[in-house]
Amino acid sequence: MTEPCWTAAPLHPASALDYIPVPLLRHLQRERLRAVVRRAYEKVELFRTRMQERGLRPEDIASLEDISRLPFTVKTDLRDTYPFGLFASPIEEVVRLHASSGTTGKPIVVAYTREDVEVWTNAMVRTLASCGIGAGDIVQNAYGYGLFTGGLGAHYGAEAIGATVIPISGGNTDRQIMVMKDFGVTAICCTPSYFVHLIERARELGVDLRDLALRTGVFGAEPWTDSMRRHIESHSRIRAYDIYGLSEITGPGVASECVCQDGLHVFEDHFYPEIVDPATGDPLPEGAEGELVLTTLSKRAMPILRYRTRDITAFIPEPCPCGRTLRRIRRISRRSDDMFIIRGVNVFPSQVEAALLAVEGTLPHYLIVLTREKGLDQMEVQVEVTPEVFSDKIGALEELQARLVRELENVLGIRAQVRLVEPHTIQRSEGKAKRLIDRRNLAD
Amino acid sequence: MKIQQLSLFLENKPGRLAEPCRLLAQAGINIRTLSLADTQQFGILRLIVSDWQKAASLLAGAGYACKVTEVLAVEVPDRPGGLAAILELFATGPINIEYMYAFPFGKQDKAVILFRFDKPDEAIERLQAAGVNVLAGVEIYNGGAQS
Repeated sequence: MTEPCWTAAPLHPASALDYIPVPLLRHLQRERLRAVVRRAYEKVELFRTRMQERGLRPEDIASLEDISRLPFTVKTDLRDTYPFGLFASPIEEVVRLHASSGTTGKPIVVAYTREDVEVWTNAMVRTLASCGIGAGDIVQNAYGYGLFTGGLGAHYGAEAIGATVIPISGGNTDRQIMVMKDFGVTAICCTPSYFVHLIERARELGVDLRDLALRTGVFGAEPWTDSMRRHIESHSRIRAYDIYGLSEITGPGVASECVCQDGLHVFEDHFYPEIVDPATGDPLPEGAEGELVLTTLSKRAMPILRYRTRDITAFIPEPCPCGRTLRRIRRISRRSDDMFIIRGVNVFPSQVEAALLAVEGTLPHYLIVLTREKGLDQMEVQVEVTPEVFSDKIGALEELQARLVRELENVLGIRAQVRLVEPHTIQRSEGKAKRLIDRRNLAD
Repeated sequence: MKIQQLSLFLENKPGRLAEPCRLLAQAGINIRTLSLADTQQFGILRLIVSDWQKAASLLAGAGYACKVTEVLAVEVPDRPGGLAAILELFATGPINIEYMYAFPFGKQDKAVILFRFDKPDEAIERLQAAGVNVLAGVEIYNGGAQS
């Protein structure tokens, strides 16, 4: 008889809340929802105005079902109230500020009281525990430290769980590999695309990650696919876990896979999840795919009601074999704003990734370039040639190119050009990978 | 008997060929011969160098997609029909010639051609059975066939 998957990691005391009986969990959520709605209404003008427009008073939100009566919050709300407009605590109670990178215009700013930092740390402890990390692990934290929540979020969690933390931050790949090898690193936190880059760079330096002590990867901050997980696991002999979070809600630690690696448990005693139709905003039946909406149940400095994450997922209705009672969402492989439309067809970068990995398990670096020629949209997929797929014969490479074109056409229903490019020509990111360049607006 | 050949993937762009050559030069590695196969978009640079192990780790370390394959250096009589006679040996199959190119240092009345066979071991047998000289690596990597 095979061991159930949850025996693959020791049970950590901090995970006890993950197994709370569902009626008790719903009771806790209801109490916290009522408190956070009242706080948001009383302390934050935007939430008060929005609720008043709908004729809602805090006491109208009495049950969990009532949450759908509340207005949504969207990213532009955070931008429009820049920098401190959504704070519910006076600045003297705020102990930390983070901000998004702000690729377009002003960044969004998020705030934490001391209690908020504790809740966040607790969520990250439970995240790491569910990935099987604990005291005795040496954790290389390659998320960027700074305004981005990834670095400090993972750092606080890893330290609190009793692991040895190496706060190496992102970048300087050769040093990352040296540290990983020399310090006997057993777990790494970074984006999945950066880890793929680490595998590749290590090999160029003559280091095979499969020979090292590394056994766990905690990967988040960008959508990735199961094919990418298989690529990572076979090239590094680690278990690669998907974690989920966003600064607007807290940072990393909102949801995490457990050792069963089948969906992410939402730490819903702090972050209340809903799935809605991205077009209408209506709640969807359990199990249907839609946009994840989150409400912070415990946040004090910056409570957020019904935040539209743009991340597409679905609840998994069946209970998880690990025994956690926290609801699971499917791994997020796409965002509703990642989608692009070419010749009338909806395409997500994750579909391209899956097609490339279906042809050859070793083509993880790609870039989609959209152009317009004589009024017609063109899609080119640039794919880096890896040592595994490279051949000294022209015919073999042309055959590879043709297979990629066929598979893309199968998956997407449209024809795309495939361009084989040299290793390292597609820009590497230490954080979130850039998969799409749309040049269609520049020329006609 | 078998010669280690390095292949590099290069994009068809200005300057791409110079870079690996410069890297090898800086490391004191001599290029004995090369051939370039190309399409509109990309090319494959095939190199025979004085120290293939050192060159392979150098190029891989610099981030190139680099592959080591085995080729044969075959002596061909330097007269009309010399090459044709050798090609005849493989006209009936099942050993295929994937590609071939010349090695610039011949011996007086002999030229040297590098062959990439799909089945190099069987090719050696067939060549030797026909009395054709297949050169050893050491002759190719150092100083040329000219002794």
